[in-house]
This record gives sequence, structure tokens and C-alpha cells, in this order.
Amino acid sequence: MLTALDITVKYDGHTALADISVELGDGKLIALIGPNGSGKSTLIRTLNGTVIPQKGGCVKVGGIEIGSLSRREIAAEIAVVAQENETRFPVTVEEFVLSGRFVHGSTFGWETTADKAAAKKALDECGLADYARRLMDHLSGGERQRVVLARALASEAKILLLDEPTANLDVAHQVMMFRLVRERCRAGSSAIVITHDLNLAAEFADKIIMLERGRVAASGAPTEVLTADNLHEVFGIRTLIDKNPATGNVRMTGIF
Amino acid sequence: MKRPLTIFVILAVGLAAAIAAGLLFGAERLPIFGLSEEQRSILFDIRMPRVLLGACVGASLAVAGTGLQALLRNPLAEPYLLGVSNGAALGTMLAFVFFQNVEMSRPILAFIGAGLATAAVYQMAKSRAGMSVERIVLSGVIVTTFLSSIIVMLTTLLDAARLRSFTFWLLGDLSQATINGVYLSLAAVIIGTLILMSQARALNLMMVGERDAFDFGVDVGRVRLLVFGAASLVVGAAVAASGSVGYVGLIVPHLVRLASGSDNRTLVPFSAIAGAIFVVGADTIARTAIAPRELPVGAITALIGAPLFIYLLRRK
Repeated sequence: MLTALDITVKYDGHTALADISVELGDGKLIALIGPNGSGKSTLIRTLNGTVIPQKGGCVKVGGIEIGSLSRREIAAEIAVVAQENETRFPVTVEEFVLSGRFVHGSTFGWETTADKAAAKKALDECGLADYARRLMDHLSGGERQRVVLARALASEAKILLLDEPTANLDVAHQVMMFRLVRERCRAGSSAIVITHDLNLAAEFADKIIMLERGRVAASGAPTEVLTADNLHEVFGIRTLIDKNPATGNVRMTGIF
Repeated sequence: MKRPLTIFVILAVGLAAAIAAGLLFGAERLPIFGLSEEQRSILFDIRMPRVLLGACVGASLAVAGTGLQALLRNPLAEPYLLGVSNGAALGTMLAFVFFQNVEMSRPILAFIGAGLATAAVYQMAKSRAGMSVERIVLSGVIVTTFLSSIIVMLTTLLDAARLRSFTFWLLGDLSQATINGVYLSLAAVIIGTLILMSQARALNLMMVGERDAFDFGVDVGRVRLLVFGAASLVVGAAVAASGSVGYVGLIVPHLVRLASGSDNRTLVPFSAIAGAIFVVGADTIARTAIAPRELPVGAITALIGAPLFIYLLRRK
């Protein structure tokens, strides 16, 4: 359970987030959508304690104020998939994924069988079973993205915060990613996923939060948030909203 | 696990061989058996401290390079190039000029100098956009040249005899080795290496990204302090004893990484052994190449290191 109450974040006088409240219950998947620069990444970074909100706002993990927890305690609960950077050293996929087990290990310790099992499971789930010995800098952008996701899954943290995990992925792997996170949620995890693919959000999320200039423009079930009016107001686009005939979920088609 | 063990055995054998060669070869070649009184004195009073000090210095500079590279996410980070060695050299020199009678003042001021130089480079290289490889190297150049100019000014306070030995020392010179210096360097390198090894798992995350490390539970500020502290400790002790031997921290971790991969849990101890082999070997060459005269060991390491630096810079 991750909750945020009345969060305001300011950078150099500019308001990045204004009075945002979020409640992520166990087993839930929230999609976070909004135009570029609307504060999505800042919200994720505030929720994992990296960005400290202004006075009055607070973030709680399992009912405990995040500021009173150590980095290690936070990481045991929350895993983040960030928009990642390059590796300048030859690191194998397996080493990279195992590094996500940091909070489980002792100071000088080597990986336990539990660590290796978690890493293997995560690699398998992300379709990377054959990649363990490959070097990170030899992978394509999409492959790297999946490895970064695998590292977060290997950490076995119950709460996943994913910042555009599908950005570099092909269509099949985008669906795979959402399906994977959905499955983890079914097994008791919970997740907040930043995405620009509104139809995937509609298919997989329990709830969608739409941000605009640091404020919540709309929040609720996909059908409530993904309306032609909301999308026009926030993104300035014209859309046709109907139902996906195969799944019955709300579907958006752009009108150009 | 099989491969690390093989590498460890190879390195251990290599170190034993390098030390044996360092003890036997020199201006006078010693036999393995049947040493004369004079030869025993050469072996135990002169060569033994020198070879052991070389091993400690090599291990110190190599582990410092390994730690700094992972921490700064920069394969070019190295105590000599970052100005850390020069910070230690300035500290040593201040002790040399102002506290000549207090032997311990040299390593202590060297440690402080190394720490301050490290902090200065870090502060200069840091920016909102993060630290680029080039920014760190340039900050290192600035700190190095600034400290060099102070060192040069201080040398005007020295008389001619001390000036020559000091110039040699600045380039990296093991000829002043004493057994006390060995004990001190050995203690420093053991403590420093253990500190770095205790942070190896955190460094595995940090070398990929500081923010990633933070997200996965690493207390980034604490790791930074410990790694900078350990690097300053070992470099301070090494420089106080032998001057600025350059490029060891660049060459050794790079080669070890090729053999054993980037996992700092093996990279740190392997670099320590490999660094010891490298400097003991380089010093043996320095002593024998133009015997009975000697080259400063730093000239040999720089001769190998500078081309490698260019290669690493271009490869990026």
C-alpha cells in the first residue's frame, strides 16, 4: 500500500506538482498519463522518496512515513524502472539483473540460491532466458529496457514504479510488459506505470490518473478518464472513443 | 565460480614470481642459494623492503583506481590523472619542508592532501546534468596542474641535494623504501581494500548509475564518502612512500576487467594483486634496464599507461 497526500513539488519557483494525492492499493495497477512535462516522472520520484515534497504533503509506504525509512528499507518495498542511462563498463545481463537484489544481500556476500532463482525467474518472464551472458552494451534499446524491467522484478519489491517501461519496445513486447506487470499485481504486487499508450493503459489498468501541468486533470476507471472531452482538454487532440470489440474495454482512436 | 578461482591462482603465482624476480634481479644479480654476507645484506636490507613496498604501492593505486572508476562511472578515473596523487604529493612535501623531524607527518598530510584533492575534483566535475567522462578528466587536469605549480614553488625552498631526490620521488621512486614504510603501506592497503570490498556490491549498482543505485537501496552519500576515504588513504600512504607513480590505477583495473569482468567483488581484490605484480615488475625493469643507474618507476608505468589512456578515450 502506497499513499501520497497533498503533494506539492517546486523546482526553482516552478510548480512541478500541485496538491496531488494518490492511493495505490495492493494488487492494483495504476496508469499515469499526461503530456510531456506534466509531472509524471516527478510524481514517481516523489513516491519513492527521491524527491521530497513541500511541507504539508506526505508519502506513506505501508502506513509508514517514507522520510523515516532508510534507502534500503524503501528499496525493499519499492522497485523503480527509470528511463535509464548507458553502462560504461562491460556488465553482463545476469550481473545487471542480480544487482537488483542489493537489499537482500549482506556486506561481503555473494548471491544466494534465492537471489539466483529470482533473477532467473525475472529473466524468463521478460523473455530474456538466453541473454544471461550477453553484455549490456551489445543489446538494442528495447532489449536493454526489458533487462531493466527484469532487474526491478528480480528485486521482488511489492510495489513497482515504472517510468515509460514500453518506450523502446515493439508492439509485442509492449503487451508482454503490461501483461507481466498485471500478473505480478494479481499475485499481490501493485504498480504505477507511466505510459503514452492510452489503449494499453485502458486494457490493463484498474485506474488511470491523467496529469496536466502538475495537477490531476482526471482520475478514475479508464472509462471515466478516457473521454473525448478530457483528451481534447489535456492533449488538445480530437479522438473517437468506443469499445474494443474483443475485450470490451474503452478504446481511443485519433482523428487526424 | 570456477573462473574467478583460476584467475586468483594465476595472479597469486604471478605475484610470487614477480617478487622472486624483483629480489634476484638488479644492479647485481643474486644467486638463489649460497648468498655471501654482502649479498644477504643487499637482499634483506635493500631489495626486500623495496620489492614489498612496490607491491603495496601497486596494490594501493590499482584498488584506488578501481574504486574511483566505479564510483565516478568513468573508466578513465585514476588517482594520478584525477590529481589525487598530486594532492598527496603536496601534503608529503609540506611535511617534508615544515615537519621534517616528525616521520608520521608525511603519510598523514599525504592522506589529507589526497582527500582534499578528491573532494575538489568531485565538486568541480559535478553538475546538474551529471558527470560526463570528459568533465571529470578536465577537472582532474585542472587540480593536477594547480597542485603541480604549488609543488614547484615549494621546491625553491629546497637545497640542491634534496631537490634531486625530491624530483625523482615526484616521478615515482621506490629507492627510498624502508621497512617502516612497508608496514605503514601494508596496513593502509589492507584497510583500504577491505573498505572497498565491503562497498563492492553497492559499487556494482553505482557504476551503472547513481540514481539506479539510490533506487535499489544504496546509501549513495555514504558509499561515496567511504570510497573517497579509502582511495585517499591508500593513495596517501603510497605517495608518501614512493611519490606519484602514474597510470597504475588505469592500466590494472582495465586489464583485470578484461579477464574477470566488471563485478567489483572480484575486481577489487584481483586488481590489488595485479597492481602489485605490475609495479614490482616495472620497478625491476627500472632497476635493471640501464644498470647500475636507475630509472624512476613512474616513468615506466607512464610509458605503458599513456597510450592505453588514449585508446580508452578513443574507444568511447
